[in-house]
Amino acid sequence: MIKYLRLQWKTAKKGGIFNMDLLKFFTAGSVDDGKSTLIGRLLYDSESILADQLEALQQSNRKNDDGTIDLAILTDGLKAEREQGITIDVAYKYFQTDKRKFIIADTPGHIQYTRNMVTGASNSDLAIILVDARNGVVEQTVRHSFIVSLLELKHVVVCINKMDMVDFSEDAFNKIHKSYSEIALKLKLKEVTYIPVSALKGDNIVNRSQNMSWYAGKSLLDHLETTEVNEDVKSVQARMPVQWVIRPQTDELHDYRGYAGRVLSGSFRVNDKITVLPSGIRSEISKIETNMQEQDEVHSGTSVTLHLKDNIDIGRGDILVNSTHEPIVSQSIEADLCWMDTKPLDTSIMYLLQHNSKVTKCKIRDILHKVNINTLEKIETDTFQLNDIGRIVIRTAEPLAFDLYQVNKLNGGAILIDPRTNLTVGALMFRASAE
Amino acid sequence: MNKQDTTYLDQLEAEAIFILREVAGQFEKPALLFSGGKDSITLVRLAEKAFRPGKFPFPLVHIDTGHNFPETISFRDDMIARIGEKLIIGHVQDSIDQGKVIEQTGKNASRNALQTVTLLDTIAEGKFDACIGGARRDEEKARAKERIFSVRDEFGQWDPKRQRPELWNIYNGKIHKGENVRVFPISNWTELDVWNYIRRENIELPSIYFAHERDVITRNGQLMAAADCLNMDSDDQIERRNVRFRTVGDMTCTAAVESDADQIDDIIEEIKMSKISERGARMDDKVSEAAMEDRKKGGYF
Ligand SMILES: Nc1nc2c(ncn2[C@@H]2O[C@H](COP(=O)(O)OP(=O)(O)O)[C@@H](O)[C@H]2O)c(=O)[nH]1
Ligand SMILES: [Mg+2]
Repeated sequence: MIKYLRLQWKTAKKGGIFNMDLLKFFTAGSVDDGKSTLIGRLLYDSESILADQLEALQQSNRKNDDGTIDLAILTDGLKAEREQGITIDVAYKYFQTDKRKFIIADTPGHIQYTRNMVTGASNSDLAIILVDARNGVVEQTVRHSFIVSLLELKHVVVCINKMDMVDFSEDAFNKIHKSYSEIALKLKLKEVTYIPVSALKGDNIVNRSQNMSWYAGKSLLDHLETTEVNEDVKSVQARMPVQWVIRPQTDELHDYRGYAGRVLSGSFRVNDKITVLPSGIRSEISKIETNMQEQDEVHSGTSVTLHLKDNIDIGRGDILVNSTHEPIVSQSIEADLCWMDTKPLDTSIMYLLQHNSKVTKCKIRDILHKVNINTLEKIETDTFQLNDIGRIVIRTAEPLAFDLYQVNKLNGGAILIDPRTNLTVGALMFRASAE
Repeated sequence: MNKQDTTYLDQLEAEAIFILREVAGQFEKPALLFSGGKDSITLVRLAEKAFRPGKFPFPLVHIDTGHNFPETISFRDDMIARIGEKLIIGHVQDSIDQGKVIEQTGKNASRNALQTVTLLDTIAEGKFDACIGGARRDEEKARAKERIFSVRDEFGQWDPKRQRPELWNIYNGKIHKGENVRVFPISNWTELDVWNYIRRENIELPSIYFAHERDVITRNGQLMAAADCLNMDSDDQIERRNVRFRTVGDMTCTAAVESDADQIDDIIEEIKMSKISERGARMDDKVSEAAMEDRKKGGYF
């Protein structure tokens, strides 16, 4: 603690930005709900746009009807998008305030880009769902919220946008608040915050709105700056997939053998009893290094090199875990699948499954159902088309050591690769062992 | 993630090390594209953190246009001697001599565009299946959409429509023969993040990043270092100014900014206050709004 305080004091003197943390969020909403405008507004009002970028913006011939610059151009980066005026891929944007650094994934809202949204959501701590105040909760809102719940995002902000077009009416806001609460309940979304905004005019984005005195909450930026997003994975659930083995094999470092990887979750301490999976061999941690300096303890998120007391055969694809809380080891897994390829799922072929540093062959043993993501109904099916989401059972050639996605995201998610094209064709969220 | 005691720089560093180790684990013959600029120098430091006390599992590759700042070249050679890693140099002059590219003429002549050919040849010759680069998503709008593992076809082209989704921290490096992957470990860093990291880690940089007195001329409204490769004539007035460079590229297309910032703290202050984004100081992007996207499709870094 003292060490931490001292660090804070030192960095505060140097300009105070070193002890800021990072928040990753993504925006979801239907076409024209104002996602790109909202992000542009956040960047613009937080003074994160540099002069020459602004100049390029002003020179661009895309303008709003009233002649003001169209802030959406800031994120619509690809030529095809500028021509069609829509967002077709995930664009990442960066900005920072005095309190936090932010990474935004701007994802498209059309149903044909569901996979892009799943991708953006998989890399985020928080979701902003936009609702047009004039239209209220629509089919797409349900779909986007479903993806948020599927990817287990714990923090949701519902921005009710275009309040300027409904006379900043409290009634309109309350109505939408009420109907969204029903969806949140159904999808078991935990922490939902509602903010009435006008992305175009800037109300409640960075500054509190003068037009909605009835709203007592925070502005969007204030909320993003202050919300706590610590992962709630237990620290005993220590997991580190081995990426690479460091063996210098020089004279003076003849016996050096370090297992390099990033701690996915939990903490490792020197002398901890660990298990190597899937083999099940046990050992103890003899030494922990980061950047060639010894540490007593390391926490999730850190890239480290671990050393064990015993000389065992460990390589890429193995995972080191705390022996007191081992994950599931299984070759049959029930999982949610989001299909991301234009070629439909083929249950007769073998796919490759990549789960952290492990790659193994797998087959689809069973399709349980798919979900109509606009109505949330389960439908029987025998295949998955692009953007379909549903539940399947897979069988892997080698055993996998995993946690359930709802318990530990990073050790509970995997991708499917089509060996014919090498494309990433599916996202898997492990829900149960099916052995 | 235990966010109370990890700062964002630690998070970015851990992510970059993770990505470098994925490259080592997933590819047969990776290489690190080293430009001599601050981003690739930062990559070298990150690689030391990822692989020491072992050797890097890849060589460094430098494409030398022949029009580099002399300071960059001597920095490069000193650094290689210090870290004891392998360096492979591809010379644009060789591509010119082999008739594969034609040297531009006139006042705005630059070898910047020619280096793509040399790069692709060097990749083919070395049979590299992954090339690590220091590009960042905050540099330009097209880059904001690029993946961390970005697949190039056998012509070195990037197809924004065929990008693979990247979920969680799982990177798919599977490729067909002839294809290769460009890997960008510091995708999520901003210019300021890189500078703050350089300060925190005491990373040494080529001297041209710091303010110094230099002979310059004005071209297209930008200050350029006076050098033979700029094809100067009597219209070009040489002036002595206090300048520094915000990026380190070919002398023909890297503009200087007037500055007194000769210490890293001053540079960071200057960047925070700055009204010109980093690529604004590179003339090659000015051509059109879609310039970067076009060049990437053609195999540029
Ligand atoms: N009146 C009003 N118009 C808005 C607001 N937010 C966005 N718009 C407009 O709605 C249209 C679609 O916005 P855009 O950001 O491109 O939506 P996206 O498809 O969700 O990215 C544009 O014409 C915007 O100017 C708002 O708060 N009020
Ligand atoms: Mg948009």
